[in-house]
Amino acid sequence: MSRAVSLASSVAWVGFLVTLPLWMDNLYFLHVLIIAGIFIVAAMSLNLLLGYTGQLSLGHVAFFGIGAYASSLCSLGFEIHVLDVPITLAPKPVWFSMLVAVTFAGLCGWFIGKISFKVRGAYFVIVSVSFAEVTRLVALNWLELTQGPMALNNIPFLKFWFPGIGDVDILGKVPNYYLVLGVAIVTYVIIRRLVHSRAGRAMIALRENEPLATSVGIDVTRFLVLATVVSAALAGLAGAVYAHYVRIVDPDVFLFIYTVTMVIMVITGGKGTLAGPIVGGLIFGILPEVLRGFEVKPELQWIVYGVLMILIVYFLPDGIVPAVRDAWKRWTGRTGAPPAEPTGTAVPAEARP
Amino acid sequence: MSATLTPSSAAVAATAAPGPDAAVALAVTGLSIRFGGLTAVEDMTFEVREGEVLSLIGPNGAGKTSAFNAITGYIHASSGSIVYRGAPLVGLKPNQIAEHGVVRTFQKTSVFNGLTVLDNVMVGLHRRAKQHPLAIMLGLPGVRRDEARLRDLAWEILDLVGLRARAEETAVSLSYGELRLLEVAIALAAEPTLLLLDEPVSGMNPAETGAFMALLARIRTRGITVLLVEHDMKMVMGVSDRIVCLNQGRIIADGPPAAIQSDPQVIRAYLGERYVRARG
Ligand SMILES: Nc1ncnc2c1ncn2[C@@H]1O[C@H](COP(=O)(O)OP(=O)(O)O)[C@@H](O)[C@H]1O
Ligand SMILES: [Mg+2]
Repeated sequence: MSRAVSLASSVAWVGFLVTLPLWMDNLYFLHVLIIAGIFIVAAMSLNLLLGYTGQLSLGHVAFFGIGAYASSLCSLGFEIHVLDVPITLAPKPVWFSMLVAVTFAGLCGWFIGKISFKVRGAYFVIVSVSFAEVTRLVALNWLELTQGPMALNNIPFLKFWFPGIGDVDILGKVPNYYLVLGVAIVTYVIIRRLVHSRAGRAMIALRENEPLATSVGIDVTRFLVLATVVSAALAGLAGAVYAHYVRIVDPDVFLFIYTVTMVIMVITGGKGTLAGPIVGGLIFGILPEVLRGFEVKPELQWIVYGVLMILIVYFLPDGIVPAVRDAWKRWTGRTGAPPAEPTGTAVPAEARP
Repeated sequence: MSATLTPSSAAVAATAAPGPDAAVALAVTGLSIRFGGLTAVEDMTFEVREGEVLSLIGPNGAGKTSAFNAITGYIHASSGSIVYRGAPLVGLKPNQIAEHGVVRTFQKTSVFNGLTVLDNVMVGLHRRAKQHPLAIMLGLPGVRRDEARLRDLAWEILDLVGLRARAEETAVSLSYGELRLLEVAIALAAEPTLLLLDEPVSGMNPAETGAFMALLARIRTRGITVLLVEHDMKMVMGVSDRIVCLNQGRIIADGPPAAIQSDPQVIRAYLGERYVRARG
């Protein structure tokens, strides 16, 4: 029953989002949705770490920035000199560059996971923050490769081949909107599959009770590293999509404030829930534009952010999604037929798989 | 209730008891555990044979939990060897030791609080799952089939421990006795060949203890060897094939229940008034 409801609501949501550009002709609002969608993908990837394994990555934007730079550089090509030896890379197709970016970000995640999960908790926070700062400094100072503060410009856009239609330029708002929507759905599905599997259960078990998890044979490092790799790769994908949408990338993509934004999205929406980062991402992705509409100064904007977050976390400590779900459960529990023994009636239906 | 259950499970224990020629499953030799200046376990040597229920008893602080922790890799032994079915366990991590089929429960109740009872057991089934991360992310049908298989196994284990009716509840909403059963269910899910239980019935009422003894009898009919730490002497005497008594880190007696009951050293060190009281 509740499965059918959730399936129907998912279909309705996707239908709404797919048809949105057909009746929404405000291109600026579409732009806001694209950026919010990219942030939502990044927040979903962060949620895999923060929500499911319980590890706080305060340098998550590093993987986003690495994805953006890697995909841009690969599609633009570059020539650098290492110890006077020139290394050149001819420009590659954008789809290929994006794959390279995802792989490279995933490798960076593997590396960070390997070095920091020997000692976890606070240590991981420090390693991830430092890693983000190092990547920012590299982007800022390795002028030959990244152009530093001059930014990478004229980044090519993605061409997508559709059977029957041929090449489609992913250029401008509407095609990018659909690209982001597609990437967000893929990200959601991947994380959902992971969570409902042996791997996801291992991650959750480590968060809930690590000694017990290891007693039944769960290899802590292996599954934390897996979570970091997938999380980093998906954040890198978000970064690559971003780069080929805005078509200019500078070291500011590594700013700490973007990590903070992702963390806020995950925590307010509900960490460790599939829908949490989407809800949090929509609120904190669209809010800045609403505030800008009211001509709120940037400093004030951060204050509004902070106050809103404190209010949400204070009144709904687990986030919005769990709170709504509990309220829904209470409501259906009250209006439904009053079961004398709730456990006794609920079980037999599930008992025969 | 416990009065009726005790003899029956004792009877099961007697019929299933392996002979003295049964192969050695676990061999602990010269095990010493030190915490700084404190010696928790001193030169401990004992064997557990395939298929038997061996109880480790002794007053609080005797070093029973420390011995469990060393066997299952949670603390490092200062010296000595631990060999299970020919494989040395010293130096392995807890999850690697679980791979050898050696699985333990914890003295302090330990479950996955936020998960449902069924999901708790699903986590325990980790070792039996066959799912490659890539296959999971690609959503291959093999993964779905494996999940269905695991779910069936989980229900089977819940039936075994008698928690089927609570499957959809969150672990935190269980009663104390049910939590202790869930711990055993999680451990059983990990497919142990040697199960270490650390005071599994502490805090249970007599009826729950009786039911637990019946569960223990079912567990041993599955061929699982059991190493038990327990203070409830009625239970220990009822289910054990052999008993090792520990006092201040040293083994002071090792033998069948009848011999332990009448061992003067054991009576002096530990059983004394407690057992006399339990009997009377
Ligand atoms: N992690 C530890 N650090 C220091 N001392 C410990 C630790 N664990 C146990 N001990 C000490 O070792 C001794 C044996 O404890 P324990 O193995 O828990 O005994 P038992 O389980 O038989 O009651 C006790 O004196 C206890 O205080
Ligand atoms: Mg103890």
